[in-house]
This record gives sequence, structure tokens and C-alpha cells, in this order.
Amino acid sequence: MIRYIIRRLLYMIPTLIGVSLLTFLLFFGIFSPETVARRNLSAKTPTQEQITTWIKEHGYDKPPVEQFKRHMDSLLRMNFGKSDKTKEVIWDRIHEGALPSFELASLSFLVTLGFGLFLAVVAAYLRGSYIDSVTMALAVVFMSIPIVVYVVGLQFLFGKILKYGPIAGYEPGIWGLRFMVLPVLVGLVSGAGYYVRLYRTFLLDETGQDYVRTARAKGVAENAVLFKHVLKNAMIPVVTTTVSAIPTLILGNLVLESFFGIPGLGSYLVNAISAQDFAVVRAMVYLGTLLYIFGLILTDVLYAALDPRVRLQ
Amino acid sequence: MIWQNIQANLPPIIVVALFIWVLNRSRREVLWAEAYRRLRKNKLAIGAIAVIVLYLGLVFLDSVSWQATKSAEPRSAMDALFQKPFENSYSAPLASVTSGEAVEHKLGAKHILGTDSVGEDVLYRVLKGMRTSFMIGGLSCAIAVPVALFLGLIAGYFGKFVDDAVTFLFTVFGSVPDILLIIATVMMLGRGLFSICFALGISSWIGLCRLVRGETLKHRDREYVRAAKALGVSDARILTKHILPNLLPSVIIAVTLLFSSLALYETILSYIGVGMGPEAGSWGNMIDSSRDELTRDPIMWWNLVFATTALLVLVLSLNILADALRDAIDPRLRTE
Repeated sequence: MIRYIIRRLLYMIPTLIGVSLLTFLLFFGIFSPETVARRNLSAKTPTQEQITTWIKEHGYDKPPVEQFKRHMDSLLRMNFGKSDKTKEVIWDRIHEGALPSFELASLSFLVTLGFGLFLAVVAAYLRGSYIDSVTMALAVVFMSIPIVVYVVGLQFLFGKILKYGPIAGYEPGIWGLRFMVLPVLVGLVSGAGYYVRLYRTFLLDETGQDYVRTARAKGVAENAVLFKHVLKNAMIPVVTTTVSAIPTLILGNLVLESFFGIPGLGSYLVNAISAQDFAVVRAMVYLGTLLYIFGLILTDVLYAALDPRVRLQ
Repeated sequence: MIWQNIQANLPPIIVVALFIWVLNRSRREVLWAEAYRRLRKNKLAIGAIAVIVLYLGLVFLDSVSWQATKSAEPRSAMDALFQKPFENSYSAPLASVTSGEAVEHKLGAKHILGTDSVGEDVLYRVLKGMRTSFMIGGLSCAIAVPVALFLGLIAGYFGKFVDDAVTFLFTVFGSVPDILLIIATVMMLGRGLFSICFALGISSWIGLCRLVRGETLKHRDREYVRAAKALGVSDARILTKHILPNLLPSVIIAVTLLFSSLALYETILSYIGVGMGPEAGSWGNMIDSSRDELTRDPIMWWNLVFATTALLVLVLSLNILADALRDAIDPRLRTE
């Protein structure tokens, strides 16, 4: 197990270099240093001199290979430096944005998963019944509506009809939770359908197994079969699919955050992309990749821990 | 003149010809004929197929265009049938005067679904959006699917170094947030249909590639593949003639779902400002513009409602079709 984890961590290095190379290429494939300088300088019509000094200051005048080396070096040491645009220290901004991101992501994650699992258990318990088919039909319908419509529609419903307070923004603290109601609701209606269907499949996959037939044959009550035997085993895929969502918990939900103006890490990245702030983009993508790969490793480890049939090698 | 018009319409003609050829071929394959027999019993699936065919018909109407005279703008069959003269401003469905203006104007024509801010018929815009949606779904899939199939097949089949390289590639692409890839690509190539499709294509091949690789791994050591190898069949032939047909059912289902998620993604792109330009009719743009329309008085709800409905019906039909296909192709996977 330890050896497996160490090997996976070692595999991470080429992936991280690859991702950094990709962001590097994407960014400088699109923009010449000069356009980036123009976008990032505060003056309305920067002089040629200002542009050249800006490029020099940020080291964008060096040959690409050397730039990439420098870029990799600072990333590997987690030394992200300052934003190209606002001169803010990137780590400070990450510290600031982590809490709102975590708040939104964990709330929306728990609510969506809890609700999804609950409905999936109900549907699987009453499988073949009227309630089951209605739940499944609704799940597909809710999945088929674009998230933007939920955002627009619910903001309209809450803001204009129900006259419910804030429809966008963020505030720290308990009372600030009222800002979270709408984004969490949007996350729920747009995401729950997928989980309901997925978890129901997991549950029904288990009900087809031999051990369930055995349990029924020896006279275990149907409720006990479902809740004691099936549910326990179906939790394995549930947990592992859930863990893979962990990176979004920390990096934040890019789309939801920028829709609702929540100053988390997700909207930080999206804003940096449109402001062409490369220093921020590369730092956030690097961090995101790191978390993503940790999430994948955690998934595998948990899978092996929960299911004794699985061996890591 | 006629020859020119035929040339201009070559792409839709080719697409339709390909479509008919695939349908014809698949009717003769036992697996698909059986699947179709089972599919026919599923009334919901037939309804979904009918809806998709109707949409395709409208897309086709919008794709065939001709110039009346040499200098005239080319107009599609859709334009000829549904385009209406512009009005002054917004008007509610079936209204006779515009709304939201200080002085109301009389409408020149009947607009079943009302008009939008520039006075364009909403029904016409909804119908125009169909082509955009299908182009985005279809073109992105046309980019993503061959890449995913090729890389997934060789990774699963050859293993070792090839597998490592492909796995590395999709881990790298999968780790970069989709939004970043898409925004960067669209910025690089400039806003437009092709750059959006390219961006969506390179961000959506990963899931499919994983699926194909996994399935190929499963098939690689099956007896039929070993038998083919023992008979001296070349690797390329084994991959295309033996393994690929076995993967097709799950690939087709995955592509149907990919298509529907791409149609949904277009709305997000419009919302963050990297979607289709305003002149192209797209449901994403209509939904995006309704952000502002809903705050007006009276509330302009028709853009939002009708664009959403059109998109919902399409995505729903695709999802239902994917489920039905899963049940029809492989009854063992049926979850009931």
C-alpha cells in the first residue's frame, strides 16, 4: 500500500510538468507578451517604453525555454509570486478565497449528495413502482435543463417574486449563509438528477448479486436485505465516486462561483483568465492539478480499504 | 447559377447521404437489427426518435440555402418559410402591439412566440438555434470521437509504452479545468462556431477515451482476439474489424450523452461571454439575454421560456434515446 502510494506520487511529477507546459503553451500561444502587457498595465494607452519595462520586469522577454524553466521552478517550490495585474501576493488571495470556496462547495456537495442518495434509496426500495418511475423521469428532466436557466430562473423567483434577500454575493459568518441558499439550490437541482440515477444503478447492481439471493433464500426480511446487505455494499462505489469530487471542494465550483459572484478560488481563476493574468492562472491550474491527482490517489486507496477484493499493486 | 447553388449546399447533402448510408448498413447487421426490434417496442424511445428526426428536418431546412439572383444574400429554406419582418421592439406572444416602450407600436405581423429586443420573431430565432445546437454537438463530436477512439484503442490494445503515453495525455488534459481550455482556445482562435467546436472537442475527448481504453483492455485477451491473432490477422485489422464493432454499442450511447451535454454547455459559454456571436441564432444567447429581460416591466419571459423548452426537448429526447439504446443493445445491462 505504502509503495503504491509512493509510486503514484512519483507519477505525479511528469503529469504536473505536462499540465504546466500545457497552460504555458495555451497562454503564450494566444497572447504575445506585448498584448499581455497592454492588458495588465493600468495606464489607458501605455507607451512603448512602459510595455518594454513591464515585459522585462516580469521576465517575459527571455527565450521561451528559459521562461518555462523559471516557471516550472517556481511552481515546484510552490512559490507563486505576485499577480501580474494587481501585484497582490497570490498566496494571500488563495488564503482569502479558500473559505468562501470551501463553504459553497462543501454545502452544495453535502446537500446534493445527501438528497441524491436518499432519493436513490427510495427509488431502489420501491423499484418498479409508480414512485420509482416518476422519480427517475424527473431526474432525467432536471438533468436536461441547462444550469444557466436554473441560475436565471431562481434568481428571478427569489429576487422578484419571493423578495428573498441576496441573490448574489458573499459574506463571511453564520448570517452570511443566506448568500449560500441560492447557489446551493442551483447545485442541487442541476446535479442531483445525475447522482440519483447513478446511485440507483449501484444499488440495483448489488440486488442482482448472489449473496442477496442467498440472504432472501434463508428468509431474511426484504427490508433487512436492502438496508443491511445491499446498502452496505453499494456504498463502496458511492464513496469512491464521491471522493473524486474532492478537488472541486477546495478549488471551488468554477461555474457556480462566477455565476453568483462569490469571491472564491473558482471565480478568481475565471477572472484571471479573462484578465490575461498568467501568473494567477498558472498558479491556480497547478494547484488544481495537484488536488485532482491527490483526489484520484485517495479514490484508489479508499477503494482498496473498503473493498477487500481490490488489491493495489 | 444552379450549379453554384448545388455547390453551396454540398455539406448538408453529404451529411444526409452519410446518414442514409449508415442507416442502411446498420439495418443489415444482426446486432443492430435485433436492437432495433427491441427498440421498436419502447414507445417512449420511438417518441424521442421522432422528436430528433423532426429537429434534424428543421436543421436540414436551415442548411439548404440558395441565392435568388447572383448578388442576393443566400437565404435558407428556413428563412423563406419562417422569417418575418422586424418589429420595433419587444412584443408578447400573440400580441398586437409592442410592449415595454413609452409609445406602443402596432405590429406588422402575427408573432406566435412574440418578438425580442430588436423586434425579431422569437419562433424564428428558436428554429435558428436548432442548427447552431446541432452544429456544436455534431462538429465537437466529429473532433472528439475519432481522437478518443484512436487513442483509446491503441492504448488498450498495445499497452506498455503506448498506454503510458495516452494515459499521461488524458491525465494532463483532464487535470486542466475545462473552462480554462475552452476560454483559452476560443480566445486563441477567435469567437466563432469552429473555434467553439474545436475547444469543446479537445476538452471532451477525455471521458470517451477512458471508456474506449477500458473496454479495449477487456477485449484484448478474449478468445476471439487471440484466435484472430493466431490466424495472422494484422493488428490494424483486429482493431478495426474485430474490437471496434464490439465497442460500438457503448461508444454510441456515450456519444449520444456527449452530444446532449455539449448542447447544454453552449448555454454556459454564452453566459460567460465566449459563446456564439450575437448575430447567430443560438439558444444560449437567448437565455443569456433573458437575464436582463426578466428584470423589466412587463417581464419579458418569452425568450427564456421558449429557448429553454426547445433545448430541454432536444436534450431530454437524446437522454431517453441513450437509455433506450442501452436497454435495446444489451438487455443484460437493463437495471430493472
